[in-house]
Amino acid sequence: MNKGLSWFTWSALIVGFSFLYLPIILLILFSFNESKLVTVWGGFSTKWYVELFNNQGLMNAAWVTLKVAFVSSTVATLLGTMSGVMLTRFGSFRGRTLFSGMIYAPLVMPEVITGLSLLLMFVAISWDRGFATVTIAHITFSMCYVAVVVQSRLATFDHSIEEAAMDLGCPPGRTFFAITLPIILPAVVSGWLLSFTLSLDDLVIASFTTGPGATTLPMKIYSQVRLGVTPEINAVSTILVGLVAVGVLVASVISRRSEANRLRDERLAVAET
Amino acid sequence: MAASGQEVRKKWEPWNDPQEKPHVQLVGVTKRFGDFTAVDNISLDIYKGEFFSLLGPSGCGKTTLLRMLAGFEQPSQGQILLEGSDMAGVPPYRRPVNMMFQSYALFPHMSVETNIAFGLKQDKIPKGEIAQRVDEVIELVELSAFAKRKPHQLSGGQRQRVALARALVKKPKMLLLDEPLGALDKKLRAQTQFELMNIQEKLGITFVIVTHDQEEAMTVSTRIAVMDHGRIVQVATPNEIYEYPNSRYVAGFIGDVNIIEGRVSEVGEGYLAIASEQSGCSIRTRHALDAPVGAAVWIALRPEKLVISMDAPADTRTNCMAGEVWDIGYLGNLSIYHVKLDSGAMITTAQTNRTRDTDRPITWEDRVYLTWTPDAGIVLGQ
Repeated sequence: MNKGLSWFTWSALIVGFSFLYLPIILLILFSFNESKLVTVWGGFSTKWYVELFNNQGLMNAAWVTLKVAFVSSTVATLLGTMSGVMLTRFGSFRGRTLFSGMIYAPLVMPEVITGLSLLLMFVAISWDRGFATVTIAHITFSMCYVAVVVQSRLATFDHSIEEAAMDLGCPPGRTFFAITLPIILPAVVSGWLLSFTLSLDDLVIASFTTGPGATTLPMKIYSQVRLGVTPEINAVSTILVGLVAVGVLVASVISRRSEANRLRDERLAVAET
Repeated sequence: MAASGQEVRKKWEPWNDPQEKPHVQLVGVTKRFGDFTAVDNISLDIYKGEFFSLLGPSGCGKTTLLRMLAGFEQPSQGQILLEGSDMAGVPPYRRPVNMMFQSYALFPHMSVETNIAFGLKQDKIPKGEIAQRVDEVIELVELSAFAKRKPHQLSGGQRQRVALARALVKKPKMLLLDEPLGALDKKLRAQTQFELMNIQEKLGITFVIVTHDQEEAMTVSTRIAVMDHGRIVQVATPNEIYEYPNSRYVAGFIGDVNIIEGRVSEVGEGYLAIASEQSGCSIRTRHALDAPVGAAVWIALRPEKLVISMDAPADTRTNCMAGEVWDIGYLGNLSIYHVKLDSGAMITTAQTNRTRDTDRPITWEDRVYLTWTPDAGIVLGQ
């Protein structure tokens, strides 16, 4: 198979991948640098990781970020699932197109504008900015991602499954929790993961809506970098990259395995008849 | 054999017994979706223990009618009475009626057992009883080996039986089946039809089935309602529907039929003479229709009721059409002949191949004579 690959294909591959991953590889490499100078290699060491865990400021910011991400993605999943379900179930009503368009609009809204408008609103109702306001802001923009994911799952959902449940004596409310939710759960979970990561790496909207004591990790990194990049920042970034990579890997392995199981089961069933 | 069959039929014909109370009564039921009338003023009585078919082409309103019985749609007008009580406003989850969906609608995240137990759990039935009833019904549909499987681990036929078991386990007063065998291949379908009939007989539950497959309806039903454009055209037993259709639509929808145009030329004692240019002869048929002399009528002739022969009949009064063999379809048990009459009309006839060989089989371009008895043809008005 490799015979067909010419030097051109190989170089395209190498150039492409280095373009994508060289900066991240450099970042990871230098996080293990002995030297304090970011650009000079002084031997292998893990001391910056130790320093990182002793850096109270960074650790606080990380904790705040995780809390914001967890709360906001959970609430966004709840609201997003509700609107996704509603959009598919209500059928057509007057102004439906406008309505669904309004749910999708924040997807394409420039972050600066979302952040600014939220800031103006919090100021207008004179709500002290802090943990709560950042969380609310994150819910606002990540909810529509969940709605989109859930809605696209429900579009292929066989409505007669719900009807069957009702026909068997299950009232509509209970049907949603016993039948619909378990079936669309993978979409809901991936919506949650999506909004979790969105919240985790958001810088712009957080800077507009946060206040004292609620500095998120991206904001902290950004402000520290303005004073010069330290190996500690490399270390914390490496950990973030690692977390994301593991998450993506696990998610894809799980979905691939369940798909393989399903195919195997189906083949088994066909073979037996 | 015919006699004993007749006797069995005679014994159980609740629709002919004025003392019998209908199990389900539809009174002037109409369903409109916007400007479109899906079901148009249908009145119908279905009796306890019947296997009742709603038969018609797609879009004739049969599924809408079934969904109104299940409670998923509310009639725009009219009443549905189940055992005398009005079902208006009763949601599907409070009706003592269960439905088997065309897509089977099995819960993909539950095993066969939990799928079947779902309906019983909704009724807060004690665990022990649930387990027992689920076991019974799993045995009934012969799925014991697959109880722990998930729906996607089953074949189409097995899924169909899970759907049936799930609907039956609640012991509904009426079971609604929406194209239950539509997704199965032909052989499995024929086998499943008889299984369905056996199960229905064993449980004595009223079955109402929606189908577009006339053969299926003929096989399983006690009575068939033939539907067209939201209306019921005829309600009768399979035998009556086939032998005594009340319209050209029904005659054409159930089985194959030749329709010959003609005009009444004479109304005699117990017979009707019809002049038909199309057939090129005068047709004598049993009187079945009040049609004055000169009225336009149609004669429906089933292919198997015609006798094909190379010799002209001796008696000139015999109903007879002459023509040329145009096409032959050899099916093994039957041969289908397409005969082009002198008028140009094409007539189909089916002959049973009784012997393995004949000295001189009828072949293409042979001049043939099609004859039939006076009571074989059905005279139809508009």
